[in-house]
Amino acid sequence: MRAWIRTGAGLVVTAVLLFPLYWMLNASVLPSDELISRTPTWFPVHGSLAGYRNALSTQGGHLLVSLLVASGTVVLTLLIALPAAYGMAQLHAPGRRVLMFALLVAQMIPGIVMADAFYQMADKLGLIDNPLGLILADSTLCVPFATLTLQAFLREIPAELSEAAWVDGASPLRVLRSVILPVGIYRFIGAHLSDWNSVMATGVIASLPAALLLVLAQRYVAAGITSGAVKD
Amino acid sequence: MTSTLSRPRATSRSAPPPARRRRSGWVALGFTGPLWLYVAAFYVYPLVTNVRMSFLDYSVSSFYTGLAPFVGLDNYRSVFADSHMTRTLLNTVGFTVGSLAFQFTIGLALAVFFQRHFPLAGVLRALLLVPWLLPLVVSGTAWRWILDTDNGVLNQTLLALHLTHTATPWLASTRMALIAVTLVNIWVGIPFNMVILYGGLQAIPDQLYEAASLDGATRWQQFRRITWPMLRPVTAIVLTLGLIYTIKVFDVIMVLTQGGPAGSSQTLTTWSYQLSFHDLTFGRGAAVGNLLIVVAVVFAFAYLRGLRRSR
Repeated sequence: MRAWIRTGAGLVVTAVLLFPLYWMLNASVLPSDELISRTPTWFPVHGSLAGYRNALSTQGGHLLVSLLVASGTVVLTLLIALPAAYGMAQLHAPGRRVLMFALLVAQMIPGIVMADAFYQMADKLGLIDNPLGLILADSTLCVPFATLTLQAFLREIPAELSEAAWVDGASPLRVLRSVILPVGIYRFIGAHLSDWNSVMATGVIASLPAALLLVLAQRYVAAGITSGAVKD
Repeated sequence: MTSTLSRPRATSRSAPPPARRRRSGWVALGFTGPLWLYVAAFYVYPLVTNVRMSFLDYSVSSFYTGLAPFVGLDNYRSVFADSHMTRTLLNTVGFTVGSLAFQFTIGLALAVFFQRHFPLAGVLRALLLVPWLLPLVVSGTAWRWILDTDNGVLNQTLLALHLTHTATPWLASTRMALIAVTLVNIWVGIPFNMVILYGGLQAIPDQLYEAASLDGATRWQQFRRITWPMLRPVTAIVLTLGLIYTIKVFDVIMVLTQGGPAGSSQTLTTWSYQLSFHDLTFGRGAAVGNLLIVVAVVFAFAYLRGLRRSR
């Protein structure tokens, strides 16, 4: 009985903390007259998918670019992080302590600081307004985290099993989360702030890949976070 | 079966013979080599560029002409003399301390709450992680809609319950903007604190609680005498990491207020962005960015020292 009281309390807490997400879902299907009214519409009884249709038709291109940038970043990150993590964890590569320290510090540098210099670099290389420039810049958010997490995992498992596919379940998720957002959405939000319905629909669409991956890889994500952060 | 499987693992862990080790050292460098190059090209080089830029008068024309005169410490001087400096520093401290205090307290309360077994605990714990895994631009936008002065659900609810008499301009008033962005950032940070603190709680042996309850200790005494002291190393890590992450928060503020109105929610991060990409004074932006790096690196060292001690 007492356990069920806890469940009740837990449900209330979860509902409160997840309310903003429900509210986004709700707004994404509400018709605009109910969206902008004096009283909130708690449940989308007269819901429609017009917001999604609008978001897909105006944002389809941006979503494709996001997808391209995200997958490119995942590939680049894994190409660099996976062998390095393997070399550090299983082959005891020389200088791995220095590398580890560099990665930890790199993780802590504010992205905005790098943006200044990256803008200049992209300008020199002619990569401004080019997905490749974004892929390179975005990968700097993911490589340290992916390497540290992967090598923590790789250290735990016998060498024979180190290619097992599930280990990299933790990093693409983070990659997608940090990456799917920058293109398009920013610009869209700036341009269409009166059309909340489509904005929220875009938000939902942008969240879907991360949410889906979370469901699939939840166990490894939690394990990766703790092993990456608490142990080292 | 398990014993035969574990034997090769044990041998692979022990040091290989010298000849093999030398060769495998080169092989291992082959594996980590790309990462070394990557670190040099994408962290060291930009950092050096950034430091260099902060000593130059770098403006839009510099991009075309390639000319940026050396101005010594002028960028730093003008940034410190700027009337926004004090306000921005105070905002950064307030935002960081406020976020950390509440994220940590709420995260710890939730972690302790989920320490006991009850139906659906696992499902609810997983659900609570979702906000953390969403793009910050997305959740920030959802909050912007909630906090909207006229059509936002927060004001509508507060008015309907007669808790306030007039609609609060959460994001549009200089008094409320910093509080509002801090609130949203607290919401963003709760899952991170909860997950890591929960992990720390799992490491505390159950026997300690059993012994304490046999001795008649109350819940509060158990928390004060067992949970809190046993959790201290994890607490230190969570707070240091939280601090490093909070100081560099950008998306949340950018989506909600862009640092406004009138700089009332400007922090060092958004200010650096504004100086570089709005005012196009790249040298000054780089100077503010370098201040941020110094802060981040100081706490990075504190974090690494704490890690070593806790091991």
